[in-house]
Amino acid sequence: MRTQPVPLDTPTLLANVMSDVYPDARGRFGPFGGRYVPETLVPALDRLQAGVDRYLHDSDFLAELHSELDTWVGRPTPLTHARGLSQRWGAQVWLKREDLTHTGAHKINNSVGQVLLARKLGAKRVIAETGAGQHGVATAAACARLGMPCTVYMGEIDMERQAPNVGRMKLLGATVVPVTSGDKTLRASVDEALRDWVSDPNGTYYCLGSAVGPHPYPYIVRELQSVIGREAREQMLKMTGSLPDIAVACVGGGSNAIGLFHPLVKDRGVKLLGLEAGGIGTGLGENAASLAYGTPGVLQGTYSLLLQDENGQIRETQSVSAGLDYPGVGPEHALLMSIGRVKYEAVNDDDALAALAECCAVEGILPAIESSHALAGAKRFAHANRGTKILIGLSGRGDKDMPTLQRTVLKGLA
Amino acid sequence: MTLHTRITEAIRNTASRPALIAYITAGFPNKETFRAQLSAVGAVADVVEIGVPFTDPMADGTTIQRSSRVALDQGVSLRWILESLSAPGAKPKAPLLLMSYLNPLLAFGLDKLPKAAAQAGIAGFIIPDLPYEECDDMRTALDAEGLALVQFVTPVTPDERVSLLAHASTGFVYAVSMTGTTGKNVAVPQDVLDYFGRAKQLSSLPICAGFGIRSAEQVRKLAPYVDGVIVGSALVEVIERGEDPAAFLRALRE
Repeated sequence: MRTQPVPLDTPTLLANVMSDVYPDARGRFGPFGGRYVPETLVPALDRLQAGVDRYLHDSDFLAELHSELDTWVGRPTPLTHARGLSQRWGAQVWLKREDLTHTGAHKINNSVGQVLLARKLGAKRVIAETGAGQHGVATAAACARLGMPCTVYMGEIDMERQAPNVGRMKLLGATVVPVTSGDKTLRASVDEALRDWVSDPNGTYYCLGSAVGPHPYPYIVRELQSVIGREAREQMLKMTGSLPDIAVACVGGGSNAIGLFHPLVKDRGVKLLGLEAGGIGTGLGENAASLAYGTPGVLQGTYSLLLQDENGQIRETQSVSAGLDYPGVGPEHALLMSIGRVKYEAVNDDDALAALAECCAVEGILPAIESSHALAGAKRFAHANRGTKILIGLSGRGDKDMPTLQRTVLKGLA
Repeated sequence: MTLHTRITEAIRNTASRPALIAYITAGFPNKETFRAQLSAVGAVADVVEIGVPFTDPMADGTTIQRSSRVALDQGVSLRWILESLSAPGAKPKAPLLLMSYLNPLLAFGLDKLPKAAAQAGIAGFIIPDLPYEECDDMRTALDAEGLALVQFVTPVTPDERVSLLAHASTGFVYAVSMTGTTGKNVAVPQDVLDYFGRAKQLSSLPICAGFGIRSAEQVRKLAPYVDGVIVGSALVEVIERGEDPAAFLRALRE
């Protein structure tokens, strides 16, 4: 816990990042991270940590995980040369196609790993929160596949704007619990999942979907999502002969971004750019860009950057994208920004939707609105830096966004 | 006597009955009645916990979520609570604690918080999302004014950790009666009573049971095992219904 903004020793932190020392034994990424939970959850997090130490890099566990990733999730995902966007933007644009994974987004990489871990730990049921519904669907699918009962908490507002995913979760056998407390979106769902877990810390496994929450979650999620960056790095080298000039990803809690960035952090020649949800404006309550506009604080178990008022109350967020609509961000992103290794910018709703439409029209790919923030940020970069090679993490597909797209992009198109 | 020992003494000096610790959400149902409500509750209770509302009370059930929301909607903040406690007027003899999630305290500033709290008549803090491993900075800050930082133990806390937490606590030890959030009704089974008994043996500070305490019958059943009981959601519901909180607290003792 830091009570005052501490002047950061950037060179040391950067050197530590380059030698991959984070998280440290206390679950810190430099000053960020930690484990701010009720005492009831401390033994459960200790057990989770012991399970992570024992299994996450164990060869038998990894063999099982990779077998599921290869034959059920559909990995490795392709790297696509985006010819149309390249021509229009004056760049070489490459898309890492997480939209082609089973269930349609990168979330499945994490869910399948965590549900396998839950089974190893002897959990009797799995719970999850979901915003856009992608993590809920992925966890429901992984639970069905691996034989675990599953309950998903989803905000009432999100259930409406991501209706197709609610039905999918139910078909996959999950119980979907509407969350009517708080902001009725992703953040309230995390609160409700934590309340469920606190009621049964021994029998329940909480499968957290983003690189947020108390230690060791940001670490678990990073390790399970890093498959994105490892594959993309290898594919770039193989298909183009060199690494990209820049890798770009959208950031809500930050799981797909940390998965893409982490394996590239040590490649100093590769710029890294994260795009947050700029919503409808730069004021508090008008966006979900915690890195761009947030201040340090503790929410849902971790010390990171938050959208909060002067009294430390968490502010409601605004974004067309349910998956980015979260007032905090993973602690590792807070560190990577503070030492300047990753740059983070906001993309507003309109630019994200325009990028989505452009990608549909010239690439024949319907990206998720979340991922479209990365496309819009990449386009901005391409226009300012002619002739560069850009790797974009296309984190998911946009089928789930049809209700929102009907109200926005498709409105007026007869 | 330091502020935290005042809390310990208030819990110990209740003759044979368990101490009664009452929780209210500051500014619920409205700001205007806060001080009067505090006096009424403080005239019966041995210690009063004043809840600082937070937007994301993850350890709390629906009652305290609701009261917190109402208080926030009226602009209740930690600053307002401390200012209003510092205003002239009679204050209860019962020691006062602030129950707050960590983020509002961080936003206030740990450099200013201990002095401001002590000056407002606060004797200690209960911070449900600040576990022992993360509490060093807070502990150091509060120690400067002799303020308590109450640690929690739960039915799933191993005995060695109960010892560690009891040793680290000041004021009293908050023994959660069940795994779960505040406000549910609990039957208090024998294994939970045994856990209270164990905690009492492992602690030199008073053990006070909280979460789900609602009736005089429960208080009687708990009495041999604990030094005090904490009543939160049930009291907030009494206030919500417009009933007399002091009468409810007196009835709990019967």
